[in-house]
Parts: sequence; C-alpha cells; structure tokens
Amino acid sequence: MYGWTGNILRVNLSIGSVTREPTPPELAKLYLGGRGLGSRIISDEVDPKVDPLGPENKLILATGPFTGTFAPSAGRFMVIAKAPLTGAIACSNSGGSFGPELKYAGYDMVIFEGKAEKPVYLWINDDHVEIRDAGHLWGKNTHDTTDAIRAETDDEAKVACIGPAGERLVLFACIMNDMQRAAGRSGVGAVMGSKNLKAVAVAGSGMVRAADPAGFKAAVLKARQKILAHPVGGQGLKAYGTDVLVNILNEIGALPTRNFRDAHFPTADRVGGESLSARNLTRPKGCFSCIISCGRVTKVTAPKFEGYGEGPEYETAWAFGPDCGIDNLDAVTKANYLCNELGLDTITMGATIACAMDMFESGILTLKDTDGVALNFGDVETMVDMVRKTGLREGFGDKLALGSYRLAESFGHPEYSMTVKKQEMPAYDPRGVQGIGLNYATNNRGACHVRGYTIAVEVLGNPTKMDPRVTEGKAALDIVFQNLTAALDSSGACLFSTFGIGADDLAEMLSALTGINYPVEEFMKAGERIWNMEKLWNLRVGLTATDDILPERLLKDPISTGPAKGGVNRLGEMLPEYYELRGWDRNGIPGEAKLNELSLNGV
Amino acid sequence: MKKVLMIHADKCTGCRNCELACSFSHEGAFQPRCSSVHAYTWEREGISVPMMCQHCDDAPCVSVCPTGAMHVNEEQGRVEWEQGLCILCKMCTVACPFGNAVYDTSHKRIIKCDLCKGDPECARFCPNGALVYLDDIIAVRDRKKAFASKFRAAFKEVS
Repeated sequence: MYGWTGNILRVNLSIGSVTREPTPPELAKLYLGGRGLGSRIISDEVDPKVDPLGPENKLILATGPFTGTFAPSAGRFMVIAKAPLTGAIACSNSGGSFGPELKYAGYDMVIFEGKAEKPVYLWINDDHVEIRDAGHLWGKNTHDTTDAIRAETDDEAKVACIGPAGERLVLFACIMNDMQRAAGRSGVGAVMGSKNLKAVAVAGSGMVRAADPAGFKAAVLKARQKILAHPVGGQGLKAYGTDVLVNILNEIGALPTRNFRDAHFPTADRVGGESLSARNLTRPKGCFSCIISCGRVTKVTAPKFEGYGEGPEYETAWAFGPDCGIDNLDAVTKANYLCNELGLDTITMGATIACAMDMFESGILTLKDTDGVALNFGDVETMVDMVRKTGLREGFGDKLALGSYRLAESFGHPEYSMTVKKQEMPAYDPRGVQGIGLNYATNNRGACHVRGYTIAVEVLGNPTKMDPRVTEGKAALDIVFQNLTAALDSSGACLFSTFGIGADDLAEMLSALTGINYPVEEFMKAGERIWNMEKLWNLRVGLTATDDILPERLLKDPISTGPAKGGVNRLGEMLPEYYELRGWDRNGIPGEAKLNELSLNGV
Repeated sequence: MKKVLMIHADKCTGCRNCELACSFSHEGAFQPRCSSVHAYTWEREGISVPMMCQHCDDAPCVSVCPTGAMHVNEEQGRVEWEQGLCILCKMCTVACPFGNAVYDTSHKRIIKCDLCKGDPECARFCPNGALVYLDDIIAVRDRKKAFASKFRAAFKEVS
C-alpha cells in the first residue's frame, strides 16, 4: 500500500500477546485512517455498553495516510476508545513526532486490548515489539517518564504516555506525546491507565511511500504555498499562536466568562496571544511536517509560577483565564505546564474549576467541601493548586477529577455544568455565535470545537463570512464542517491547514499519495460516512436526541454585558433542519436511504 | 559565485520538513532515518537544532579518506562522496567532528549531504528560514546582521 504502511499491531495486555495483521484495504479506502478507521474498528469490536474503564474497552492509537509524509502540517495521530467522560466514542488528536515514528516502524495503528496485571509499557523498535515492566515508572510525570524510557530504549524514541492523572483514572486524563503534545479530550488517558499501560515508545527506521511521487510533491508544494500565503495559516498563528483568539472573541462578546455567567471579560487582553508573545514566548514550535508553527515555547519567571514548557494555546488560556475570572497569564501558563506534566485535558480541567467556583460563589459548595480553601472566581493561586490536586486526586481534587457534570450533579445542581454529553464546552459562547452551539449540541464526542469549527466562517471569515448572530444556514454550515473535519482528521492532516487549503487540495494530495482516486466529493463522502458511523455507535451506547442539547444557561439566560448583550442560543431553530439535512429522522436517527448511500448498512 | 547552505538554529521549530524533503529526494520515500540532515529537539526546553554536513573548506573527512572517494569539488564549493571509489572503511564518519557523515549498514553506504547537486531540497522545504541556500558573501552578511540586531534590541530597551 502507498500512504498506509499496510500493517496493524494488536496487543492483548491481559495475556501479553503481540500480533500483526494487515490493514484492511477496503476499509482503509472508505474510512481513510486515524479517526475513521479506528472508530470503525471500535464499532466492529467493542460492545457499546462496556465500562469504558473495564478491560473490554479497547484503546487504539492510529495514524492517517498523510502521517509521516511532507503533506503540510499533516503528521497527526489519533486515540480512539469508548470515552470515560462521555460514554460516547472518543477520538483525541495529537501532533508531534509520535505518529510518524509509528509509521516508520511499520504500523498504521496499534490496538490495545484487555488489561495488564501490573504496570507495563510497550516498546516498538521496527519488528521488535516488547511489553516491558513499568513498575518503576508508575507515579512519574509525563516528562520524567519520557526521559526514563528513552534512557532504557533509544534516546531518540518517541514516547506517548500518561501521567499521574491517567494512572489515577481522572476522567479527563489525556495522553501526552513528545512531552508537550496532548491527545487531550474525553479521558483517553484514563482508558490507558485502566489498562495499566503507562506508555508506548517507538523507534522506526522504515519509510512511507507515495504512489505517484512527482504528483504528490507537486500537490504538496501547491498546498504549502496556499497555507503560507494565508494571513492566519502563514503569519498569525506563528506570531501569536491560537491565543490570538482571546481578543477577537472578546471583541464580539463571545468569550465565555466566569463559567458562562457572561461572555465578555474586560481584561481579557492580559491573557491574549499578543500579551503572551510580549511576555512569555521564547519561540514558536512546529509539530512534525508543520509549516504553521502555532506551538508556543514559553517561560514564566514570576516566582510563584516559575517554570518553562509549552503553551498556553487559546482554549487553555481561556479555561484557566476568563472562564475562571482570571487575567493572570503567568498563573494560566503555570496551570498549563502542570496539566502537561500530570496528563490532564486543559479545557475540561479549567472549565471544571470554573464550575466549582460558580458553585462556591452560589453557596452550593462550602469551605468544608473545598479543603477549607475559598474558591471564588479570580482566585489565582487556588486555581493553580486545584490543578495539582486533581492530577493527584488529593482532597477536593478527587471530586474535580470527575469533571464538572458529575461534580455538579453530586451536589444536586447539574445545571452548573457547562457541558454537552458530559464534556465541557470550549471557548466560544454559543449565545454570541449561533452555529457553534449547534455543533456543540450535535457533536459525536460531546461539546467540541475542532470537529465542526464554524468559528472560521462565523467569526474569522474564512473562507467566507456569515453573521454569527443568525441561525439561518447554520445547519448546512455545521454539516459541511463536521464532514470535512472527519475526513481531514482521518487523513492525518491538522485542522489548521484549512487556513489556506480546502477539501479539494486534501483530496488531490491523498489521491497522489495513495494511488486511489479521491474526487473531492468522495473525500467529503468519507467524512460523512465517518460522522454517521460514530453517530450509529453512540445510538447503540444509548445516547438519544435528548442528548443533543445545550445547557439551559445558554438557551435561557441572555448575555448580560458586552457586544453580544441579550443573546441566547436558538438551538431549536437549527436542530430540526440539521437532522433533516443529515438525512436523519426527527429523533436524530440516520435513515435507511442515508445508510445505503454511505455503505453503512449493518454497521 | 559559490553558494553556501546556512543554518539558523534560532529559527528552527523542529518540524523536520528538511528530513522529509531530503529523504524523499534521495530515497524516493519518506524515511527520516536515511536523511542527511537531522533536526534534533530537546522537548523540555523546546529547542531544535538542525545538523548537516558543513562542506568544510579543510574537511577532515577528505583528509582521512584513503581512496579519494570523499573529495572537494572546488568549483561548486562542495564536499562530495563517490560511491565507486569508496571502500567503506568508515574513517570519514570517525573524522567528522560533528557526526555529519554516517554509515548506513543496511545499504552499505555513507550518508552525507550532497547539496542536491546545487539545489538543496531541505532549504526549499524549510518553512522557517532555518536552512537557507545563499550566495556565500550574502550568507555571511546575513548571519552577521542577525547578531547585530540583538544590539539593536538592547539599545532600544535602554533608550
């Protein structure tokens, strides 16, 4: 095969077996790789009703066909499993060098089954694959784990691992690779921890081949040029990182503030990308094959929060910043470093602390619940310490470790949790930007911005501009973005490459790489197929149309200040049309005709 | 005019497009292990440094080569390796102070930058200006000015 390596590695941790099997060519063609192919395997092999943290769940680390090539900013891998946070299908996406290295070792994906009796890690060195004892690594943070594994394998090995949070089954633990990159959302790190799998280390000496080398190179050069010439893809993200969005969203009044109590934060600029570049940025960083370099290598010198590492990006700066009523960039950055080292998803971590602050100020939580520490909006040092406590499940951190929904529900007030399908919403207020609300509500992995980023059109005007305040046309917009992203993710590309290129460019590169002709319609159809397959699996989990909903606060409490004052999200105006355009019935169930069209019958 | 491949490590983001372009050009596939250039990254600090043959004027690899396989192409300003003359003694890999000539056991060959015969792919694919192929007089000036600009920044702060 071209693009794909053609091999899958299957590791059963219960019996300690390692087997190889071919990547199924027909499924690879239909589902591309990564998210699509991985989810299809979960769909085929995992009972949707299993306990996400039980041995019956599987954990898949999967690359796309682009991964390991010089397709611009397309070196990604994805982690697929049943999610502990949501119960839905999880797919978390990460960059860095880990995914490409897995392909150079000869594998498109690794499937983990069962549960090891005691802590282990997997060492992949081309054909040599070994399950090794990890007892001495248990308890170590992600950076120390990476160093320790390199010392006993290969000092250039690429390592994906969990930190203390994943070991302790924090429901939103992430998997960190290359020390600073995260497969962040939905708790895939807890699934890894539940299997007693501390890390996967890989070194590969092999290659990824292109079916039409000259054609692929020409398509890549064309795509690169488009991205580099784009004001966001070629300049903005490198200069300021994604954190440049803080001021943009605040200016339109859609920057969720104090657990979505408001959508405008007067001092937001202090945690924005411009401030970060001026105060903390050491240099921009690129993932494997990236020409955008949105990564932020940063340092903090303020004694209380001293440290160095990577981040924050926009969602993180928002979650620990405005969402917690905080404008101290040093504290926000320190919280980010702690998340990277402990292995925590920054969005859910920050939003869960924000939820707790909201409950504390409302008197639902009291000092006896919070280890005697006041937890008000704007409490900078407490916020940072709560991150540490959550990663280690210490004191009140043990409650925060369940995410905001279970926390709020356990105190009888689930309405304080700003989640969809129990996953925390990211940094765009659906009352100020209508289409993103529909995307949160309908997203297969719960609230999520990166799988239907309508913000590009509704706020940034890329590639065209639509009014964020209207609902008209948003159902169709959401569907296009959701389908495009499903195909793009599965191919191994980074979402940010769409600041410059579109489905036609991706399809052209994919065709030349794989030797399979993907007209742009087929590429988009693959995305639609993947979306519908994820949906079918979620229906089998037991999720229904009643789960395609936003928190009441966003539907009923108007924004009280700022440019979008008075706005609520009008989901009811968009959802029926969304179902209809998707070819689903009124209960959000895909119809027979749609399933036939997508070759999904019997899936 | 001779051209020089300049490395600006301070601009490297660790994306490794250079390794991909190099191996794709020489091997016909993406195989960073066989690339003549490597960008090493220290992830804790976020520091990346590209390493490749510097085409030394007085090259130790050439001095130790017993057969002339490793030789200087004066006209092009390159250190070149000729497979037909090579006895694979690997002395060049020992002599290079930077480790920029390596022995490939699987293909029994020396891997070392050949500047793509005058049109280096690594520089073409580097998105950050960390690897640039320039007329040598300009390349020297460029580096000098980059350092001079640090004084400018310092003076700006005190004025």
